[in-house]
Amino acid sequence: MSNTKQQKKGISRRKFLVRGGLGTLGVLAVGTYVFRNPLRRSILEMTETMAPSYMGSGTEPNLWFELTKENKVIFHSPKVEMGQGSFTSFAQMIADEMDVAINQIEVIGAATKTGVIDALSTGGSLSVGGLWKPLRELSATMREMLKIEAAKKLDVNPSTLTTKNGIVSGGGKSMTYSEIAEGVSEWNVPDTPNLRPMKDYKFIGKPIRRIDLNAKVFGDPIFGLDAELPNMLHAAIIRPSTVGAKFKSANTNKAENMPGVVKIVQIDDWIGVVAKSYPQALAAKFKIDVEWDIPKKWTEEEIRGLLQVGKGDEMITQKQGSALEPNDDSTVSMTFTSPIGAHAQIEPNGAVADYNNGNITIILSTQVPGKTREYVAEALGVDKENVNVVPTYLGGGFGRRLNTNHAIQAVQLSKEAGRPVKYIFTRKEEFQNDLFRPPTQHIMRGKLNSEGHLDSLEHHYASGDVAIGSILFPNAINSILGTDVGAMRGGNIMYDKIPNHRAVQWHTTLPFATSWWRSLGLLANTFAIESFVDEMAIKSGKNPVEFRLASISNEGNQKRLFDIIKLAAEKGNYDDKPSNGIAKGFAASTDANSPSAHVVEVSIENNQIKVHKVTCAFDCGVTVNPDQVKAQCEGSIIMGMSGAMFEKMTLENGQLSPTIYGPYDMALMKHAPKEIDIHFIQGVDIPLPVGEPPMGPIGAAVANAVRRLTGKRLTDLPLKLS
Amino acid sequence: MKISFEINNQSTSIDIEDGNTPLLWVIRDVLDLKGTKFGCGKAACGACTIMVNGEEVRSCSYAVKFVEGKKVTTIEGLGSPENPHPVQQAWIEEVVPQCGYCQPGFMMATAALLEKVPNPTDEDIDQNIINICRCATYYRMRKAIHRAAEIKNTTNN
Repeated sequence: MSNTKQQKKGISRRKFLVRGGLGTLGVLAVGTYVFRNPLRRSILEMTETMAPSYMGSGTEPNLWFELTKENKVIFHSPKVEMGQGSFTSFAQMIADEMDVAINQIEVIGAATKTGVIDALSTGGSLSVGGLWKPLRELSATMREMLKIEAAKKLDVNPSTLTTKNGIVSGGGKSMTYSEIAEGVSEWNVPDTPNLRPMKDYKFIGKPIRRIDLNAKVFGDPIFGLDAELPNMLHAAIIRPSTVGAKFKSANTNKAENMPGVVKIVQIDDWIGVVAKSYPQALAAKFKIDVEWDIPKKWTEEEIRGLLQVGKGDEMITQKQGSALEPNDDSTVSMTFTSPIGAHAQIEPNGAVADYNNGNITIILSTQVPGKTREYVAEALGVDKENVNVVPTYLGGGFGRRLNTNHAIQAVQLSKEAGRPVKYIFTRKEEFQNDLFRPPTQHIMRGKLNSEGHLDSLEHHYASGDVAIGSILFPNAINSILGTDVGAMRGGNIMYDKIPNHRAVQWHTTLPFATSWWRSLGLLANTFAIESFVDEMAIKSGKNPVEFRLASISNEGNQKRLFDIIKLAAEKGNYDDKPSNGIAKGFAASTDANSPSAHVVEVSIENNQIKVHKVTCAFDCGVTVNPDQVKAQCEGSIIMGMSGAMFEKMTLENGQLSPTIYGPYDMALMKHAPKEIDIHFIQGVDIPLPVGEPPMGPIGAAVANAVRRLTGKRLTDLPLKLS
Repeated sequence: MKISFEINNQSTSIDIEDGNTPLLWVIRDVLDLKGTKFGCGKAACGACTIMVNGEEVRSCSYAVKFVEGKKVTTIEGLGSPENPHPVQQAWIEEVVPQCGYCQPGFMMATAALLEKVPNPTDEDIDQNIINICRCATYYRMRKAIHRAAEIKNTTNN
């Protein structure tokens, strides 16, 4: 690809901008990397086996740094921190190439006015991999720029200078980076220096403690809902509970006289209450009688009826060899399903907004600061430049905050009230107005050859929207690609040596919003495919690990998957025969070019599935922070268990239900495995996606263990014995 | 109504119209201590967990009027970077938090547990630590809880 070549040339000197005036000292701010056509690449990279890229906006400098008077480096990250640990990885990269200590670096989410935000989003597990090259190259270039200036100021030969802990030394003299930068307005930008070899890195590849650890252990006010503005009021909004309900009319008389109420705002089809405190706003909200137009009360059966292989838009996403004949007696066929899933992130959505004479400030937890700025500007009829979106640390993302258009309502409430407003969703609003993980149906078909190996394997699956209809991707993109790339995650067959294999997607838009949920289609698709492969292994009488390996090339990129399957089986002592009431289950997946495989140890206690231990093998290339990659594996495994074993939204009386934790059953401490053993292979020399891929195999691995233990094949998520 | 109580070892007094206001919102928006989190408002997730007279309380569902004359401890009063509580020390050592939002609630629940059960077994932990962490940091939390007990018992002796 031409723009990949462009990237390899390094940093263009013209692309360096220096901006002063933000602090009392001169600010060194640097940007580079212009990509053409980033959107399309991003989509391809989510689904194909390319390296992740960072998608800066094309016309602005892409990465901002500040050097403070205290000799600290502030990096305005275009990616947000939602727990995945990428801020720490960024600090490690900067430290190693810029020669500053970790504690001299502060990473903050870039606001749309003072930094540069990612043109698209934080998601797809692309943050660290995407910034891997540009961030290190920029750090190294800034180090050299500082050395050039230091040589002038110290009057020594630049080649004699060394750098450490933010200090340049040489010829018996030294200066801090901050001192060097002071007063410099014209920087001499050298050719992009060579990056240091991995073995020389002091921070990259090491288990550095998270840079946000103290803030998160001592309760610092770092989250969206912790934000405040002077003179701020509090707001609640009424959202419909019934799917498809339209606002008809409302009686606000009782609410208007409630204590603390400042203003009741009705715009188009929604009503908001602005009050002195949040409890007062809530109390008043419950006194508003709303009449809804409810054209229809959707039932669970109707939703299931829409989601059928053979219904909706068909798209063949993979095709190799010939298709199975439907009436062939030697074909095995099984049907699998997954339910509607809620994001259930613990920090509810909300926003602090201030509308002040057409200038807008929004502070919130969002994965899409840039998009939020765009739709707020459009809705309020102001220029984008007048909208400052300030992202905070997120109290969980998981894909839920890829659409934060509630910011519009927060701004409208502020405009009406004439004061800053903090709007917070109730938990019921969260559960009923989520952008859910779509339910799915999967029909697996397969056939063995005379040696008992897979001759054919087909995955036919029906899903609601993930990428299609998303505000992240214009509809044009979807029609070009023709398939829902999100629902497709993990949907293709990874067993390349099966002579005949194919995947066919059936896409249906449901009557409620569905979208991105950590790992997208991966959890459900892998559950179906890997459960079925296990069943075919049982039918063939072969060990399921050897059965899988026989269908994967042991060369090229496929070798990475091959090796991961072997490693997981070896480290987890995989054995297909249960012993002492414990069975081992095996499953693998490869997602976004990061293969993973799990061996789980399962028993049945009081008719409940109990997971004791998970052994995980994972190849995500370079592990910038091995401890945090492990943390992501642990989280993916247990959150994946939660999704695969407990969680389920249903329709009751036309409403999405349940609306509270507890009834919305999730994995708790008592369900978490007491042992998680993680092993890495570095199959490539770049960092690949981490936060989602290890979620893939967990559902099937547990189901496969249950099958070995009980003889019963569970085909529906969440996995229940009865 | 006027309500007087101790917050993190300091006497305080507030004047509030509605004594049924959840303590959570008084802590967050009146006393401006933002470490105690709003998660569900129904005592179902534990993000708002604090201690009242040393007992674990889910502050989103605890009327502020009941706090009169009592001692309230929030994450800000548990410890500081200079003088961390054993639970916070253990959380740092095990690098528990991911997104971090639910963590103050878990740490407060753990601190309350250790007051009653100085050496909790896995079973004790399973039965008593019932907050929700969406990042699913439970694996490290369990290790940190055992470690916190160890630190606490060592420093007490």
